[in-house]
Amino acid sequence: MVTFDLVFPAWQFKGLPPDWPGGFWWHFIVFSIIILAFVLTLVIMFIWFERRTLGRMQARMGPNRVGPFGLLQAMADAIKVMLKEDIVPNGADKLVHLLAPLVAFVPVLMVFAVMPFQDGAALVNLNIGVLYVMAVSSISTLGIFMAGWGSNNKYTLISAMRDVASVVSYEIPVVLSLAGIVLLAGSLSLNDIVRSQAQSVPFVLLQPLGFIVFFLGGMAEINRSPFDLLEADSEIVAGFHTEYSGMKFALFYLAEYAEALVLSTLVATFFLGGWGGPLLPPWLWLIVKSWAVFFVLVWIRATVPRVRIDQLMTFSWKFLFPLALLNLVVTAVEVVAWPEALPVLLIPVNIAVGAVLVILLSRNFKPGGSQVEA
Amino acid sequence: MQGDYGYVVLFLLIAVGFAAFTLILPAALRSLKVIPQKPSAVKGTAFECGMEPIGQAWSQFNFRYYFYALAFLVIDVLVVFLYPWAVSARGLGVAGLVVILTLVGIVMVGYVYAWKKGVLKWT
Repeated sequence: MVTFDLVFPAWQFKGLPPDWPGGFWWHFIVFSIIILAFVLTLVIMFIWFERRTLGRMQARMGPNRVGPFGLLQAMADAIKVMLKEDIVPNGADKLVHLLAPLVAFVPVLMVFAVMPFQDGAALVNLNIGVLYVMAVSSISTLGIFMAGWGSNNKYTLISAMRDVASVVSYEIPVVLSLAGIVLLAGSLSLNDIVRSQAQSVPFVLLQPLGFIVFFLGGMAEINRSPFDLLEADSEIVAGFHTEYSGMKFALFYLAEYAEALVLSTLVATFFLGGWGGPLLPPWLWLIVKSWAVFFVLVWIRATVPRVRIDQLMTFSWKFLFPLALLNLVVTAVEVVAWPEALPVLLIPVNIAVGAVLVILLSRNFKPGGSQVEA
Repeated sequence: MQGDYGYVVLFLLIAVGFAAFTLILPAALRSLKVIPQKPSAVKGTAFECGMEPIGQAWSQFNFRYYFYALAFLVIDVLVVFLYPWAVSARGLGVAGLVVILTLVGIVMVGYVYAWKKGVLKWT
């Protein structure tokens, strides 16, 4: 079988050989450039893609003037926002107000340090990768809280409080759903997780319930619509970045889409097989899968109306959390009882268990109806 | 092994440098008179839908999710114990599973109690 890699062997770049003189620094420089290019390019493409797709879904055009198909719209926006006046409110805490965008953006970029783009091709293949990802990605909440508090504006403060509430609630289902993945792969390293999927099947088939929980919980954690309570325009102006303008605002905007990119690539890595796939080169598979996940994110944004805060909390604590825990117990029993079981046998069992659990729980789940009462 | 974390720290420097550059750039452009800088009293007030803000935002604030945060702490500590077990669950076998299920059961008693008590209710 003629694969892409055989036709273009240059694409099979897996890092420099370990005996390369000064290999440590070359590896660092090469992969830092790769990560920055990957994040910035895909974020710009995602912004364009989201605006165009939302336009199509809402029966309008979307940006189509700057460049072919409006592709350069994000560049034009970047230049515009760079030349804006930088306004800081008089009553604000100047230092916190200045540092907030930095604290919000840096952790999102740091997550990509462990992201495998090919087999073994990551900046660093940490053996505690999953733990690192969960720990680092939670820090950007601090940046959002700093922005909300430091602006000295009541609406931004409410927005910051809402963000902390959603992260406090959704962290647990997300982490528990990943524990199921760790059980199946037997490793915390992201590359090992992808490799064990390449040997059997993508974990979305073995962990359908974990996939749903991780996807919904991740959406709530990165504040994507319909969980974007902290940017509820009809209630609290623009949320935590009401008082931001110029490049600081741009950095928040960048962080928001970089978080969407993180979620997409993480779902692709943990559940959809990461870089694994036939014919195409591995890094292209990762991009294709992330893009598909992001399309679903945009689709959900165009379809579902925003939830209320009590519904947000109830959904996590009384629906996703029991679901994630039951999923973990079922997976643990399967792994311990049949360590060598064929995935072919487990796939229908797990999908059936997942469907039954979702139906049972959703029968007993009342999201509050029209009253603020759970 | 240590080299791995060296990469993480070095990349942290790159990430902070990138973010700091985007924050310093407007300041540099402002000193070159490319970016306007015309502060005024109205511009400096907090934007609260056009009304003049009354008082500071830094006042007593009922953030309502105090009990959620407590429950979060308890269960998050439980999850920290789950990860090392999950990595080596195959090797630990039935004994490890029983121990972990006991631990989860103990914490779940607290969870069910909190639910029945009405703590997980947004009031």
